[in-house]
Amino acid sequence: MTVTVSDTTGTNRPGTEPAVAEVGRGMRFTNWAAGYVDERFKLSGWVRDYGRKIFPDHWSFMLGEVALYSLIVVLLSGTFLTFFFQASMVETHYDGSYVPLKGIQMSAAMASTLDISFDIRGGLLVRQIHHWAALLFVASIGLHMLRVFFTGAFRKPREINWLLGFTLFILAMAEGFTGYSLPDDLLSGNGLRIIDGMVKGVPVIGTWISYLLFGGEFPGTTVIGMFYSLHILLLPAILVAIVGVHVIMVFVNKHTQYAGPGRSNDNVVGVPVMPVFAAKAGGFFFIVFGVIVLVAATVTINPIWNYGPYDPSPVSAGTQPDWYIGFADGMLRLIPPGWELEILGFTLSLNILVPLLVLPLFLALVAFYPFFEAWVTGDKRHHNIADRPRNAPMRTAIGAAGVTFYAVMWAAASSDLIATHFKLAVEGVTLALQILLIAGPIIAFFVTRRICFALQKKDREIALHGYESGRIVRLPGGQYVEVHQPLSDYERWRLVSYTDYQPLMVRPDKHGRISVAQRVRAAASRLFFEDRIAPVTKTELESQSHH
Amino acid sequence: MPRSRRTGRRSPLASVALLVIGLLTTGGAYALVTSSATASTTSASATTAEEGEKLFMANCASCHGIGAVGTTDAPSLVGVGAAAVDFQVGTGRMPMAASGPQAEAKPVQFTDEQVKALAAYVATLGEGPAIPADEFLTGEGDVALGAELFRINCAMCHNVAGAGGALTEGKFAPDLKDVDPAHVYEAMVTGPQNMPVFNDLNITPEEKADIIAYLEYLNDHPSPGGLDLGGLGPVSEGLFVWIFALGAIVAVTVWLTAKSN
Amino acid sequence: MADHGSAEPGSAVVPRDIPVDAPGTAVVPTDAIENPGFPPYRPRVSDVDPKKERQNERRVAWFFWASIIGSVFAIVAYFVFPIDADDPGSVRVNNAFLGLGMALALFGIGFGAVHWSKSLMDGHDLVEDRNAGHPPEEKYEKRAGAAAVFTAGNKESGFTRRKLIRNSLIGALVVFPLPAVVLFRDLAPAEDPVTLLKHTLWKKGTRLARDPDGTPIRAADVTLGSVFHVIPEGLEDLEHGKLEEKAKAAVLLMRLKPEDLEISEDRKDWNYQGIVAYSKICTHVGCPVALYEQQTHHLLCPCHQSQFDITKEAKVIFGPAKRPLPQLPITIDDEGYLIAQSDFTEPVGPSFWERSL
Repeated sequence: MTVTVSDTTGTNRPGTEPAVAEVGRGMRFTNWAAGYVDERFKLSGWVRDYGRKIFPDHWSFMLGEVALYSLIVVLLSGTFLTFFFQASMVETHYDGSYVPLKGIQMSAAMASTLDISFDIRGGLLVRQIHHWAALLFVASIGLHMLRVFFTGAFRKPREINWLLGFTLFILAMAEGFTGYSLPDDLLSGNGLRIIDGMVKGVPVIGTWISYLLFGGEFPGTTVIGMFYSLHILLLPAILVAIVGVHVIMVFVNKHTQYAGPGRSNDNVVGVPVMPVFAAKAGGFFFIVFGVIVLVAATVTINPIWNYGPYDPSPVSAGTQPDWYIGFADGMLRLIPPGWELEILGFTLSLNILVPLLVLPLFLALVAFYPFFEAWVTGDKRHHNIADRPRNAPMRTAIGAAGVTFYAVMWAAASSDLIATHFKLAVEGVTLALQILLIAGPIIAFFVTRRICFALQKKDREIALHGYESGRIVRLPGGQYVEVHQPLSDYERWRLVSYTDYQPLMVRPDKHGRISVAQRVRAAASRLFFEDRIAPVTKTELESQSHH
Repeated sequence: MPRSRRTGRRSPLASVALLVIGLLTTGGAYALVTSSATASTTSASATTAEEGEKLFMANCASCHGIGAVGTTDAPSLVGVGAAAVDFQVGTGRMPMAASGPQAEAKPVQFTDEQVKALAAYVATLGEGPAIPADEFLTGEGDVALGAELFRINCAMCHNVAGAGGALTEGKFAPDLKDVDPAHVYEAMVTGPQNMPVFNDLNITPEEKADIIAYLEYLNDHPSPGGLDLGGLGPVSEGLFVWIFALGAIVAVTVWLTAKSN
Repeated sequence: MADHGSAEPGSAVVPRDIPVDAPGTAVVPTDAIENPGFPPYRPRVSDVDPKKERQNERRVAWFFWASIIGSVFAIVAYFVFPIDADDPGSVRVNNAFLGLGMALALFGIGFGAVHWSKSLMDGHDLVEDRNAGHPPEEKYEKRAGAAAVFTAGNKESGFTRRKLIRNSLIGALVVFPLPAVVLFRDLAPAEDPVTLLKHTLWKKGTRLARDPDGTPIRAADVTLGSVFHVIPEGLEDLEHGKLEEKAKAAVLLMRLKPEDLEISEDRKDWNYQGIVAYSKICTHVGCPVALYEQQTHHLLCPCHQSQFDITKEAKVIFGPAKRPLPQLPITIDDEGYLIAQSDFTEPVGPSFWERSL
């Protein structure tokens, strides 16, 4: 197999032609290097086929890389931390150099984390790098997922990669939560206690799961060790394996690209791995790493020395989880009073069960949306051109509703801080967020859909009539008109090249029946595509230019 | 080294020495003045109480009533003690500007002497907590014990870093950063507004001094990790990572993928 | 595909007409505007101006030099700003300078490499054919070959034909992880958690003690408006399970005016002259509910904002909690110290399935 790479004028570039060893300055080295590698690893074919692979250049395509790079930083810094951290809940008395905790009873985990912070040069820096990089890791996954969703980059052939990415998001949260718990400080201890309370709320088996999780009654003496195994062994192994597959899939399917002149569903336009993309992406790794280190050098994160060791009696105002668990904590806060039942003597905690059902349901909708959309459109073709969000109004509106739902839950997790900072009553903030949780997504859905249509109409207008130039001309008859600046073919192409769908017409099958699934699909299809703005056609454009 | 001798008088060491001498003298003078002031309070309390009564009649009696017996608008002040007055008036919470969920700290309306006079007057109305002695306000004490007591008794409202927190119906526990030690002590003994009382049998004066020592430690030592983002914990950390860290990185991606000119 | 495949892998039948993926309800345009093709290449300044090219070259080198300076600075900072155990400020300085040096080292390499790639490396967009090397015929031939392998595997093993074997295998695979689940049983001790959850360290006569020093509290110590954070006396002397017991037994002690308390008939003597003791563990998910407002007599949980009214026997007045906080019946002993009359009369903390059994 050979890769066909040419530049945009059609001239072939290396990577295409049968290799003719070039001679000249530096060539001797490159030829020698290729030979050396091939004789030992037999990788020449691989380098030949993928070395000049093309990556489209767009800022939004770099977000996944931010996640990958923060993961690398997390792995590096985490390894350093394991050299000093003791994952043990054995009671000890702190005798390190942080004065306000001297002589205080705490677990070895907490004491060793304090030692990393105060008695090992650069230890605090690495701890802060690790934690900031972890926050950035989950945040960049979130932003990356939003980009993929709103551009429809999850369509065939990339649905499975969406699922893998989604799994990585969940794993990242699990990694985050287990890591957050490890220092055994007051904040994370109360976080664990909330988990314990939630687990106990699970019907029938909850009490026992909590009992096994904590090795007896909460807080027990085993949970930190257990979380440590998960945090540094099992979860990272799965995470790294899936990241590998995720990235290979991007290689195999090649990256999507936005519509543009010369670009089509069958080509990839951009920069080659060797050398431009390698330099850019490699340099970008150092920049992401640099941003993390800069933040870690100047901004405190998770000051466990303030929180103190875990003790079941104290608690701090503003007890919150890290941001990525916030949506779950927020959902707990948004449940109105009194949601608990007793049935035949058994206690059913709806105030816990409802969040425990709503959150996975929400996540499942996120995970399986690509399959739902594919089912509605019935489109089995490959899609390598990323949509502009406006050109898929229904998807964009559904996405906006989901984002709003998530954002309201997220905001609810800081309802107390919202109240103190804006001088409001916490009760009022909670009530407003309860209303917004239901009304917000609905409003966001309709508003977004309308905005998409309006933008599509504007695009259509511009594609047909050109830009408003702002130049007013008075005609001989006294009439004023604004001169429109016509578009170039290149500019127009961006506005008119998108996939357009019609609502599904249900037809009876060969037995003359219409199945329920078909009816549902037709109804969904109507919802999706009844209102649509078709792309400008050639005929329309021509009739316009004859005007 | 003629060069250094020539500039010797202006060398940094000299200015440091001058600064130290200056601080010592002013500090010493301050210590003298303040200690003599406390020494004289007892003898002068009769006259200052009269001063205070006049001030009270002019500024407070409209709400708290003549003789501070209380009205429908404001509680009786009989038996609240000098500490309560020193806290409420000394932090500007009283006189109250407008009725809200709670009285908030604002610029102080009276001079130090006037506050002490008001306190002396209210103290004559009934027995109550006195203004704390200076020995408990030095910021010296067992910082570790103070921190532990703070976590158990104070952190649930005021936050572990003393950054404050929300209470019900718009009320809040205030930020404790740079609050005067005397006011911290007085708040504990008097339980202003919705704050519970921590009397001396619950938390001894020595323990209160330890708590103050811990708060002073926090005031004197900025967070070892760098900026503390208000001490608010994961919420401000999450906002920071999204807005500043990821924001900066997205800006870089835009530059990275833009065509060079 | 099974109809097309033969038993011999490698000799798969390739369908004549290669199927085209169905467009579904997509409108297949017949009248679409044509792709105008690639726009002409716009040369960069360093493509046309050799002076700018040299300038950019120097700039890239400067970035890399800056990186070296940053690395050296970080190493120097490590030794020049050690951590002094007596000076907490030294940690801050060490953290900041070490980190700033490292950040500069990283930024230098990063920005240098990116600037190099942007301004000096070949600036042409390149085009790669997605389907190159994968002509449709070959693709479908491969696919048919793979299908034939599966078909052969199925046929030769009889996987679909021998239902008995297949179903029993599936059954075995479903059951085989169960021993692993059972293995987790010994994570926790043998006692029944339900019994443990229903009892705390409090019993008749246990003195109420201050948290953390464990000194007992006299009724007279608890003045109006004050709040005590309480543990059972003797907790500190426990050999094992100190935190587990504290996690259930933590109590908040408050004194209200007796006339402010609305007391039900069966709890008439649970308070002592307006001194009441309530479990500190939230009935929602178990955070310590410790924010007591002495004028409104409301208790607030800082985790999820549940509010309890102490005058109404800790009834929930706001938030996701459902049940009132359990009350600890108290009285005083001969020496005037506050003691518990009994254990809590109901389990403390978050709800669980077997709670009311």
